[in-house]
Amino acid sequence: MKMKLISVAAIAAAVVLMPVAAQATPEEDLQAFRDYYKEKFPDVPFEDYVNGAYALDPIARENWLSIEEFPPYGPAIDEGETLFHTPFKNGKTYADCFPGYKEGIRQNYPYFDAKTGQVKTLELEINECRVKNGEEPLKYNKGHIASLSSYLAYLSRGKIFDVKVPDDPRAQAAYEEGKKFYFTKRGQLNLACADCHVYSVGKNLRTELLSMSVGHVTHFPKYRSKWGEMGTLNRRFKGCNEQVRAKAFPPQSEEYRNLEYFLTYLSNGLPVNGPGARK
Amino acid sequence: MRNSAKSILAATAVSALLAMSDQGAALAAHTEEHATIIEQGKEIAFDRRRGNCLACHAIPGGVSPGNIGPPLIVMNKRFPSKEKLREQIWDPGQANPDTMMPPFGRHMILTEDEINKVVEFVWTL
Ligand code: HEC
Ligand code: HEC
Repeated sequence: MKMKLISVAAIAAAVVLMPVAAQATPEEDLQAFRDYYKEKFPDVPFEDYVNGAYALDPIARENWLSIEEFPPYGPAIDEGETLFHTPFKNGKTYADCFPGYKEGIRQNYPYFDAKTGQVKTLELEINECRVKNGEEPLKYNKGHIASLSSYLAYLSRGKIFDVKVPDDPRAQAAYEEGKKFYFTKRGQLNLACADCHVYSVGKNLRTELLSMSVGHVTHFPKYRSKWGEMGTLNRRFKGCNEQVRAKAFPPQSEEYRNLEYFLTYLSNGLPVNGPGARK
Repeated sequence: MRNSAKSILAATAVSALLAMSDQGAALAAHTEEHATIIEQGKEIAFDRRRGNCLACHAIPGGVSPGNIGPPLIVMNKRFPSKEKLREQIWDPGQANPDTMMPPFGRHMILTEDEINKVVEFVWTL
């Protein structure tokens, strides 16, 4: 019982204190996280992790299921579809940048791009596609980018996340940076992502039930009732930074892309279920 | 500054006995002032933008608390002194370096005066 707890604690300590354990491979991290949550929530099926806090709280789940009957993200999928197929001024469309989109591509993001040595996210590539075709980049947190990303996620539903950390020191460094970010206390309130989503998972922060990191990203972009609109994963990162009174990083900054890399790796083996809805 | 809840009660009893004397009036005034401080401490502790202690702790009188930290009850038995309690609130990292609890003093989340008031309040729990 105790061992499992220690193994995740070890990751935290590893990052901050012990260079030895920080050498844990991504595979070992993934196993440690899965084991830790399994120990805590033995009755929650792994597939259900994609539903976040609703996997843990039957009452909230009921409310959410009734919201899902008329999905609030529906209009975003429709808008995304229209935008995706509307030609740029040069006559090309997004489909020229994302040839495989029909079969689903969301599960392949983020990935490590050996050419640039950077982590590429889907939203980053949507904007790269625009710029390449002579269009202005979109804002990253909401609006059109969330709609385009929703459409692409929708077409990818059911596809299994399989983020790779290739045998390239730059990729491993990006992953490690993301992991370090997750375990670093920040902001005036001095809290790390892991404080809430690992060590206090399943507990209540006021009325909010804290969800597990595994499965965190699978349903993005999402309609959040609190926002009253759609938002990207970047937007959620910003929110979780700001609620501890830390300064958010710029959208698609290297910090957030590496964080997304680490966090999405933890969802490997789970299906895309975006776009989603949360309170 | 070492007024425990008990000594306040004692003070109240004494002040009732001496109600007619000048000394009694002074004591009563003191008790009233202390009650105001406790009340202010409670407000600070419950206010989402200030202490927001309810985010993590059940506290008598507070609604929809979180359960990340232990319930704040019988605090004057848990802590040997108000000073020790104040240390826990000022910088909980001293007692537990990995703590979830924000360092209210060290990170200036609350002012020193606000912390004093919160301590007075929590000591009564
Ligand atoms: C003070 C506590 C706290 C901290 C620190 C925190 N979060 Fe959160 N986070 C929450 C709460 C509360 C929610 C909403 C309920 C839930 O799903 O857990 C949430 C939700 C999320 C979600 C969305 C889950 C979903 O199902 O839609 C993601 C992703 C997330 N957090 C990532 C992070 C990351 C990354 C960090 C660090 C940068 C972080 N959180 C730090 C409290 C926190
Ligand atoms: C984000 C979570 C969080 C917040 C906010 C928080 N605490 Fe805590 N608190 C904890 C945790 C967790 C503990 C358990 C001990 C530890 O880990 O340091 C704790 C412990 C304590 C203790 C010691 C209890 C005991 O029995 O040992 C006191 C007293 C306390 N908190 C008071 C407060 C006060 C007063 C506030 C608000 C001004 C507050 N806390 C806000 C999380 C929090």
